[in-house]
Amino acid sequence: MSVLIYTETEDGKFKKAAFEVASYAKEVAEKMGGEVTAVSFNANNASELGKYGVSKVLNIQNDKLGKFNAEAYADAVSQVAQKEDSKVVVLSQSANSKYLAPLLAVHLDAGYASNVVDTPESTDPFTVKRSAFTNKAFNFTKITTEVKIVGLSQNAFGLKENETEATTEDFSPELKDGDFSVNVESVDKAKDKVTIADAEIVVSGGRGLKGPENWGMIEEMADILGAATACSKPVSDMGWRPHSEHVGQTGKPVASNLYIAVGISGAIQHLAGINAAKTKVVINNDPEAPFFKAADYGVVGDAFEIVPKLNEKLKEFKAKNA
Amino acid sequence: MKILVCISHVPDTTSKINFTDGDSKFDTNGVNFVINPNDEFGLTRAMWFKEKQGASVDVVNVGEKETEPTLRKALAIGADNAIRVDTPAKDGFQVAQQLAKVAKDGDYDLIIAGRESIDYNGGMVPGMLAALLDANFINTCISLEIDGDTAKAVREIDGGKESLTASLPLVIGGQKGLVEESDLKIPNMRGIMQARKKPLNVVEPEEVATQTEAVKFEKPAPKGEVKLVDPENLDELIDLLHNEAKAI
Ligand SMILES: Cc1cc2nc3c(=O)[nH]c(=O)nc-3n(C[C@H](O)[C@H](O)[C@H](O)COP(=O)(O)OP(=O)(O)OC[C@H]3O[C@@H](n4cnc5c(N)ncnc54)[C@H](O)[C@@H]3O)c2cc1C
Repeated sequence: MSVLIYTETEDGKFKKAAFEVASYAKEVAEKMGGEVTAVSFNANNASELGKYGVSKVLNIQNDKLGKFNAEAYADAVSQVAQKEDSKVVVLSQSANSKYLAPLLAVHLDAGYASNVVDTPESTDPFTVKRSAFTNKAFNFTKITTEVKIVGLSQNAFGLKENETEATTEDFSPELKDGDFSVNVESVDKAKDKVTIADAEIVVSGGRGLKGPENWGMIEEMADILGAATACSKPVSDMGWRPHSEHVGQTGKPVASNLYIAVGISGAIQHLAGINAAKTKVVINNDPEAPFFKAADYGVVGDAFEIVPKLNEKLKEFKAKNA
Repeated sequence: MKILVCISHVPDTTSKINFTDGDSKFDTNGVNFVINPNDEFGLTRAMWFKEKQGASVDVVNVGEKETEPTLRKALAIGADNAIRVDTPAKDGFQVAQQLAKVAKDGDYDLIIAGRESIDYNGGMVPGMLAALLDANFINTCISLEIDGDTAKAVREIDGGKESLTASLPLVIGGQKGLVEESDLKIPNMRGIMQARKKPLNVVEPEEVATQTEAVKFEKPAPKGEVKLVDPENLDELIDLLHNEAKAI
């Protein structure tokens, strides 16, 4: 029995999400009495996954698959799953994995549970806990098909080392012309910026910041902390910040370890999207702002005074703890 | 061009989420249902294709009679026909199969769904539907143009975006960006009156299997009190974040 993981790479290097799904899959495999197999695309150092409990890596080295392509990747991953007789397939919940998983589900005749936040409550029947109603509730879902697909929420399990000797082999999937009928023409991605999906820390600004010209201090804090920047919906609607930074129920979900909200009131739709963040800090001059009910730590006061001071102190802290 | 917009009927974003029957069912008591926000962006984009490119727009929902007001609202916004597949939505795969039947029967060029419903957040119906139809699929779609039988789309990726082209038939998982918030239309009186006369066809479901089952629900544990830090003592905040929360 094998638990298969789809491991994401960027420029040939594994992303943190790859190590997290490996850590998770190892625990599932132990519960079920099996081993973890990984499939990767154009990975430079495939055996690196052994550190997180992977026994075998099938690396697909193919220039045509240099850019993510959902249909072709789904075809390739399902061929690996069939070859390895995998009963469980685990993916992250990155944008690409969410694109891939439902296609894979149809290829493999497998039931798919997304946004899974914990190891299976039981493996027979196979029942997982997932978040639903945009983090306002959890839902236990039983997957009744022979092959199961689990989409693991970012940071839900964390990294767990489990030193294993990973064997690696090349795998060449049989690809069809139809696999490439959606063409990626160009990718527009900031190279040196931390993304909201991958970030350990997210620093977010709301309408309380008054205008786009005041985002310097938010970006500075993000720089100091190695964080991603985000914003509330009206901020992106007004064009102060790009739509890609909009977080909340109708924007991106946040599941980072730390979320710092500056000048955000904490409307229910905003909180829904960021509730999965582990620690939440709010800075707001209105002590009645609903965010204070959702946060772990709060500072009541003017962001324009607090944030610059906090940035100085964070710099000192970072200098000391580097 | 024939467009089908898949409409999910969901509790509005301010709803209190509660469960009944031993935490096995969502409690719809006092809940106001709306068109799923991600679908509404797609529907509004479909209206643009109707106005500018002469497309016809059908809307479809898989659900029981109580979802009809949501379909009527879609008609009031401007869709031409509504279809309701008369069966409760049980899981993503079952819904995708019912939609696939409607899509095949109607021979649509473009199928617009939302990237996820805001109730179960499954995020799987659009992709499964595309795979069942053997149609092209673009998820988290934030811009869509159609020229002849070619689609030009932009997809949101983590940390950026990607421009794509694909031929029709195409299924998209849409979201904000397809149109702006300010483009969303509140149906006017005339639209509402016309919607009453537009066809809402109820069709029998296919016999299909499910793959998953929601067995129970749980609400998150209540949160502890917020710890307030004096703005004059920000060192304390750093200390708490470092030593207590271990977050920095
Ligand atoms: C269907 C629907 C979906 C939605 N989806 C989302 C979503 O996904 N994400 C989202 O964010 N919103 C969403 N919203 C909008 C949401 O209801 C709120 O309107 C929005 O989150 C408010 O943004 P804000 O907190 O930035 O602004 P405001 O509510 O205006 O809050 C600004 C805050 O800044 C504080 N402030 C002002 N000046 C200062 C200062 N000098 N220093 C410190 N604090 C200051 C104020 O006290 C206030 O609390 C949605 C709404 C609807 C109806």
